[in-house]
Amino acid sequence: MNVYVCIKHVPDTAAKITIIDNNRIDEKVTFIINPYDENAIEAASGLKRHITDAEIIAVTVGKASAEATLRSALAMGADRGILIRCERNPDSLVTARAIKAAIERDGKPDIIFAGNESIDSEGFQTPFRLGVAFNFPVASNVVSFKLEDRRVTVESKMNAGEMAVIRMPLPCIVGAGKALNQPRYPTLPDIMKARKKPIQTIDLDRLNLPTAAGSIQIDKLRPAVDQRHAKIIEGPPEAAVTELIRLLKEETRVI
Amino acid sequence: MMTHIGILIETTADGIKPALNGVITAARGPEHKLYGLVFDGKSAAYKDELQAFGIHKIVDIQSDEGLLNWNPDCWARAMVDALDYFEIDTLFGLTSFQTKDVFPRIAALLDAPLLLDCIGVDLRTLTAEKSQFSGKTIATFKLGGTHYLFGIRPNVIDPQPSPVTAEVLSFKTKISEESLTVEAVKEDAGDAIDLAEAPIIIAGGRAMQNAGNFRILYECAQVLGAAVGASRVAVDAGWVPHSMQVGQTGTTVSPNLYIACGISGSVQHFAGMKTAQVIVAINTDPQAAMMQNCDYGIVGDLFDVIPILTRRLKSALNDK
Ligand SMILES: Cc1cc2nc3c(=O)[nH]c(=O)nc-3n(C[C@H](O)[C@H](O)[C@H](O)COP(=O)(O)OP(=O)(O)OC[C@H]3O[C@@H](n4cnc5c(N)ncnc54)[C@H](O)[C@@H]3O)c2cc1C
Ligand SMILES: Nc1ncnc2c1ncn2[C@@H]1O[C@H](COP(=O)(O)O)[C@@H](O)[C@H]1O
Repeated sequence: MNVYVCIKHVPDTAAKITIIDNNRIDEKVTFIINPYDENAIEAASGLKRHITDAEIIAVTVGKASAEATLRSALAMGADRGILIRCERNPDSLVTARAIKAAIERDGKPDIIFAGNESIDSEGFQTPFRLGVAFNFPVASNVVSFKLEDRRVTVESKMNAGEMAVIRMPLPCIVGAGKALNQPRYPTLPDIMKARKKPIQTIDLDRLNLPTAAGSIQIDKLRPAVDQRHAKIIEGPPEAAVTELIRLLKEETRVI
Repeated sequence: MMTHIGILIETTADGIKPALNGVITAARGPEHKLYGLVFDGKSAAYKDELQAFGIHKIVDIQSDEGLLNWNPDCWARAMVDALDYFEIDTLFGLTSFQTKDVFPRIAALLDAPLLLDCIGVDLRTLTAEKSQFSGKTIATFKLGGTHYLFGIRPNVIDPQPSPVTAEVLSFKTKISEESLTVEAVKEDAGDAIDLAEAPIIIAGGRAMQNAGNFRILYECAQVLGAAVGASRVAVDAGWVPHSMQVGQTGTTVSPNLYIACGISGSVQHFAGMKTAQVIVAINTDPQAAMMQNCDYGIVGDLFDVIPILTRRLKSALNDK
């Protein structure tokens, strides 16, 4: 059984982002595996515990530096990795085409795991584009997952207070939500072993991807200004609350 | 030339989602003909409200067999069908769970660009703004293609009425074979109001200490008509479900009012709520980041302050 996992190399959540040339960021910051993709790897590793012939292949589209994130995925349970190397980060239309082409060259997928969202570009869409490219069903923001007799049952949030139970046949694509599982962090031996696992590198340009009808390009990037002038309301709780309610009603009119 | 714009009209048992009016406002333009796409068959009932906000055509989307029950794949195909029929090339919606499940499918089928969680859209230049890198930057995106899809972040665009006279139409789509099936829709733990769409949120962090103490937040929320949120610490401790987590790996919210109770204000938490119009912090530590970067701060124990707040709000909001 071939289990592919899409992972993305993203700036650390706590990294200070500096903009250069008005449209990109200084990448001299710590990068991590996209947090949702950790849940994707964990779900794939969970399968491997039951299905002995399962092989987990981590796939990423990124710069040469993304190899570090592939190594993290290998330490978390993937057997080998594929790095689709490019000089500039492509949009999700191209990314999905690239992942599809690389997987197709590699083998026949039974299931593809991805994350619900990448925390840098906040796109929420690559798994669905991959689904159309392969003509596989997709469920994303998945919070529970079960595989039985080559049928997958997942739960995904549909509204406040409501959860949809979705069933789809293999091959299919599953986008992991944060509540899906608790990723286990690799041990030192896991990390040592990951160093020896194979990573294959393919140049994006070599994949001869079909051109997309649409595109999404970053034109400008500016820092979000969000420094507020905190007004500390002094006094005992009763008085402070009275003043707070007055301010909310009269000064900002939000209640 | 007239541009035909479709808007997914999301509804609940109580009618049209209140946050949708901001989306309709964002979609308007002098040359725009707005189509409201409705799936629950109640178009006629929504006519007054939709035409007040500038919707020209209200389209009931159904199949020959009747209403389309929730199936994101089937809804996406039906929408593509309707876009084609009404010559709609631009689609707007609220960034909600449903939109996040349906719009990317439509975008994928049409090979079209999609931006979710937009804070501004300019159709003349085909650009839109949204946050990136967990709210640390605002990016202006330029879209290319033949169709464009936008999900608007709830509450960021001020709803402005703009009355027109609307026409109600019905559109019958053919059901193609389903790639996935929705077996059931279950009740889920958490709030009745979508966190992302709530105009007011009161959230608790580590200082809540246990699940039971969240009761005081629920009591306050009820008086305010607010939803209750939480920090990751409260979620990881198992006090509340993940659907209540605000932040980088939770929900991004942009309410008119965010009340942070015993939340320190980590970058990851700020990432999810920094665009709130007004932030109130209640914290014992005046040095906490949340206290430094809020609009109004009260230094104090939340277990003292919140019950007083609830009681005072009750009388303050009753004699409005
Ligand atoms: C990859 C990654 C993703 C993350 N994603 C998220 C996310 O989506 N959302 C999120 O919230 N966090 C996220 N975090 C975690 C984040 O870094 C912080 O650990 C977390 O936000 C802290 O939660 P807290 O403010 O409740 O707890 P603390 O930081 O412990 O703060 C508790 C606060 O309560 C105050 N306090 C204590 N007692 C009282 C009292 N009686 N009355 C009033 N105030 C009191 C304290 O002074 C303190 O300021 C993420 C972390 C990582 C690494
Ligand atoms: N460059 C990439 N390489 C590999 N996987 C990706 C890449 N970009 C997005 N993905 C996958 O698609 C998911 C959703 O990403 P996005 O559509 O960017 O929010 C991520 O969690 C990854 O699993």
